[in-house]
Amino acid sequence: MTALDTVTPPAGPGSLSPGQLAVRRFRRHKVAVAGLVLLVLFGLAAVVLPFFLDDPNAVDPTAIRQGPGDGHLLGTDSAGRDVLARLAAGGRVSLLVGLSVAALTTTIGLVLGAVAGYFRGWVDAVLSRITDVVLSFPTLIIVIVVVAFVGPSVTALILGIGLFHWPVAFRIVRGLTLSLREQDSVQAVSGLGAGPGRVLRKHVVPAVVAPLTVVATLEVAQAILLEAALSFIGLGVPPPTASWGNMLNEAQSLTILESMPWLWLPPGIAIALTVLAVNFVGDGLRDAADPRAAR
Amino acid sequence: MLSFIIRRLAISVVVLAGISVLLFVLLQLMPGDPAEMMVDPFSFSGDRAAAVQQRREELGLDQSLFVQYVRWIGEFVQGNLGFSYSTQRPVTEIMLERFGPTARLMGTGLVIALLVGIPVGILAAMRRNTAVDYGATVLSLIAISIPSFFVALIGIYVFGLKLGWLPTAGINSAGGGGLADSLRHLVLPAGILGFALAGPYVRYARAAMLEVLGQDYLTTARSKGLARRRVIGRHALHNALIPLVTVVAVQIPTLFAGAVIIEQIFAWPGMGRMALDAVRARDYPILLGFVMAVAVLVLLCNLIADIAYAIIDPRIRLSGARA
Repeated sequence: MTALDTVTPPAGPGSLSPGQLAVRRFRRHKVAVAGLVLLVLFGLAAVVLPFFLDDPNAVDPTAIRQGPGDGHLLGTDSAGRDVLARLAAGGRVSLLVGLSVAALTTTIGLVLGAVAGYFRGWVDAVLSRITDVVLSFPTLIIVIVVVAFVGPSVTALILGIGLFHWPVAFRIVRGLTLSLREQDSVQAVSGLGAGPGRVLRKHVVPAVVAPLTVVATLEVAQAILLEAALSFIGLGVPPPTASWGNMLNEAQSLTILESMPWLWLPPGIAIALTVLAVNFVGDGLRDAADPRAAR
Repeated sequence: MLSFIIRRLAISVVVLAGISVLLFVLLQLMPGDPAEMMVDPFSFSGDRAAAVQQRREELGLDQSLFVQYVRWIGEFVQGNLGFSYSTQRPVTEIMLERFGPTARLMGTGLVIALLVGIPVGILAAMRRNTAVDYGATVLSLIAISIPSFFVALIGIYVFGLKLGWLPTAGINSAGGGGLADSLRHLVLPAGILGFALAGPYVRYARAAMLEVLGQDYLTTARSKGLARRRVIGRHALHNALIPLVTVVAVQIPTLFAGAVIIEQIFAWPGMGRMALDAVRARDYPILLGFVMAVAVLVLLCNLIADIAYAIIDPRIRLSGARA
């Protein structure tokens, strides 16, 4: 705590807002801060690098499967495309899928969870059973079915994962709403005439922001992993669009796996590092959001 | 106890009905008209439209959706999931063939994950905030974060290609090769599936153990003069392991998803590979049969876990279902 006093106003912890306290707790979580730094770097690279690199889809028949070296920092793939350029382009796809899915799942979870928790009774029963149904299907497998019907595309991927991965957010919001509406303060506000809209907006939403942020982080990690796995088996991002998963697809050939590590190591390491960093940030956020959490 | 089981069963039936409706909707969205497909446009001579219409009536496709649903459910309950488009064999028969290899892979993977994950998690909790704890936490996060197919590629590269210790494809060598051969084929796929699953188990086991270690009755037991070893062994461990029953069930869908990927990489002749082949061949009955089997198995595992939990821990059935 002492080292951080240099950056926060020289007031005691008592005068800090809960948000400031959370930031302070997060910053004390060194691995989480490292993860955040790495993510920002990766994000910047994915956004900025493609402007400076070759076209990730530019085929060059004269430079097929070249090792790292002149002109191509990470070599070229089976169509003579620049691996580094595809790596950066793949980062954009991962970023897009991760953030879209997180936005979609937390929004669905927030709305349905708040409604179920506030109204209880049959509304809650119906929504909770729907959650049980959704939870009976592993997301990877349900997205495979969706893709089998509508064909692989980034949109199918985002909607497929997003529409089947909200139960985690739902359960957290529902649980919090259930206990919140029993609190004296909320009971009092309701007694004074506040309708469901006002209670949900003014009391439930602010209370669930912190735990939902943690869930959103984990959703980003899950979505990136799912995208990679689906693209790897050829049912995710369709070629020629680059994605980390479909770059690894080629490594199912033993020749490539054995003698051309530049084709499969970089995307694999990129997925692993990104997801690891997101998970570290998620851990840090969890501890920051809930000071009582065990560590 | 009985009323808890009955209530839990009733919920499962409702969920099962929901699953069946969802699958029926998928069935309707399935591209292609079965009646159209059964009348070969090349070899058939005569009034084709009438023949298709007749087929449609035979299959009951002219009935209302509700009637079709009821008939479909009737067939489903009798174990009839339709016929494969490509081989014309019953879907149930094909799936039963594929179930054995998948069960072998998933079962071994699960056992490995439990044997590694739970002791490591408990050890981390007991050595809280030491190097052991940090190491275990970071390792488990790594296991969760690295995609299993990437671990599999590295595994094949190291143990299959560079060291040449283990086979990298199939369930056994061509022409069979006895138990030792089967086990050698199982090591990489099951080990990698187990590694991916061990990550979550370490975290759950650690959290459960920490929770129990903070309870007052442990302090009481210690202050009565019981040895730390005995307190941990008799009181803490017992209570920490109870919630893990549910955790195993919660991870079953992950296990299925993992098996799909692992079977693909290792050319393992199980249900996951069957499903992916079905996607490529547009063999929708097989694909839906697989999804249905997975959903029912997941539901069943959750039901068993909940009832087992209630039997072990009386607090559950008194306070109703878990949140």
